[in-house]
Amino acid sequence: MRMRAFAFRNLRELIRDPMMLVFFLGFPVILLVLLSVIQRNVPVELFVLSKLTPGMAVFGLSFLSLFAGTLVARDCGSSFLMRLLTTPMTATDFMGGYLLPLVPAAAGQCAVCFLTAILLGLAPCLNMLLCLPVLLPVAVFFTAAGLLLGTVCSEKAVSGAASLLVNVAAWLSGIWFDLSLIGGVFEQICRFLPFAAAVQAAQLALAGDWAGALEPFLLTLLWSGLLLGLTVWLFHRRVSAPA
Amino acid sequence: MREEKNPAILCRDVRKAFGPVMAVQGLNLQVFPGELYALLGVNGAGKTTTIKLLTGLLRPDGGTLEILGKKLPQEMEAMRRITAVSPQETAVAGLLTVRENLELMARVHGLGKKEGRKRASDTINALGLQPVKDRRAKTLSGGWQRRLSIAMALIGEPQVLYLDEPTLGLDVLARRELWREVESLKGKTTIVLTTHYMEEAQALSDRVGIMAGGRLLAEGTVEELCEKTGGENLEEAFVRLVEEEPS
Repeated sequence: MRMRAFAFRNLRELIRDPMMLVFFLGFPVILLVLLSVIQRNVPVELFVLSKLTPGMAVFGLSFLSLFAGTLVARDCGSSFLMRLLTTPMTATDFMGGYLLPLVPAAAGQCAVCFLTAILLGLAPCLNMLLCLPVLLPVAVFFTAAGLLLGTVCSEKAVSGAASLLVNVAAWLSGIWFDLSLIGGVFEQICRFLPFAAAVQAAQLALAGDWAGALEPFLLTLLWSGLLLGLTVWLFHRRVSAPA
Repeated sequence: MREEKNPAILCRDVRKAFGPVMAVQGLNLQVFPGELYALLGVNGAGKTTTIKLLTGLLRPDGGTLEILGKKLPQEMEAMRRITAVSPQETAVAGLLTVRENLELMARVHGLGKKEGRKRASDTINALGLQPVKDRRAKTLSGGWQRRLSIAMALIGEPQVLYLDEPTLGLDVLARRELWREVESLKGKTTIVLTTHYMEEAQALSDRVGIMAGGRLLAEGTVEELCEKTGGENLEEAFVRLVEEEPS
């Protein structure tokens, strides 16, 4: 009950933040439209909707790190968290309360991306719906990254750090260019990290290649689990072990 | 008379240091049920650290702490069910309305949705928050935010309430309004109030404790402190006690 009440508070804080709507929903949609327009005017296949849309969904989800981080850092930096820490709320209530509202936010963001793609000409199919659970681990990854940053950084520092993560995720995810074009160590690093794996899993899921999507999906899942575990541990230390 | 009761708050030789700085040293304190105890002190006297120790936000380096018979830190969860704090800074969720802030705190204290809604309505009425009940907290003036902050501490109907400089930064009218609200709790709730304002301590408290350099220099009723120091009023008594203290 405490977790749910806290989760509702966090969801309200998120959806009432105009910057959240601009970055989280508006920015990926604008990019999707712009890149589709570019694609129509170039003779080569640079930004095909079936490849671009899952990539944009992952890019949009990377902003979860910014929102989650800012929310936690703001709470940690103000007396609001101090107030809550003097109530019967547990570390699990806190972590669940921060994580839960980001699930519907992530689902909404992906839905907006796919609806925009349909309006731009992508053929609607059932695989679009099935893409949502495939994207869930990377949504958890970005949320956990934000919670971790919010736990260890100030509100000012968290926006810089999360913006860096958004950029790193975008460049290393293979959304803008084919990673094999660069190859070498760069490609190996990209393949090791969860960003390109998340995009690849969503692209293959959208294409109905579930066998191919399994490996990158599992890699993303592993990264999400590890980062979430680290975040929960750090946050638990912060709220449960006063100095 | 009060000594016949078991204290609601009991501190025995409590110590807390931050590196080489002793924030609280050898604190012995007893606050009795229904009493309003004011902790007075200049900046850095150890008042806020004391509140953080009493609410379990900080762990003491030594000594014992008991709140209504609950030993800290062993019975922290049980203690947190019966206490509440209104922190020094206004601690509200800025993008939630006044009503939503109160409902959140009601549910955090374990009330169901329906009960929480009713308790929020009762608190809104009791603390005169009707004019702003549907406004987002961050759009409120400092006085209204402070009143909401105290309402959020009260909604769980705590047996022990800590008010950390509740009227800091408020204008004289808002301060008087809050005094009336705090006074209405006297006798029902045990209150520890920290403040810089002598007239606040004088107007509200049953007893006053004067802190400096992390130590409790003296405590008693305002009259007792004046008698002890030869001061004509609490401010004079305070100045004499603090100035005697080697820095």
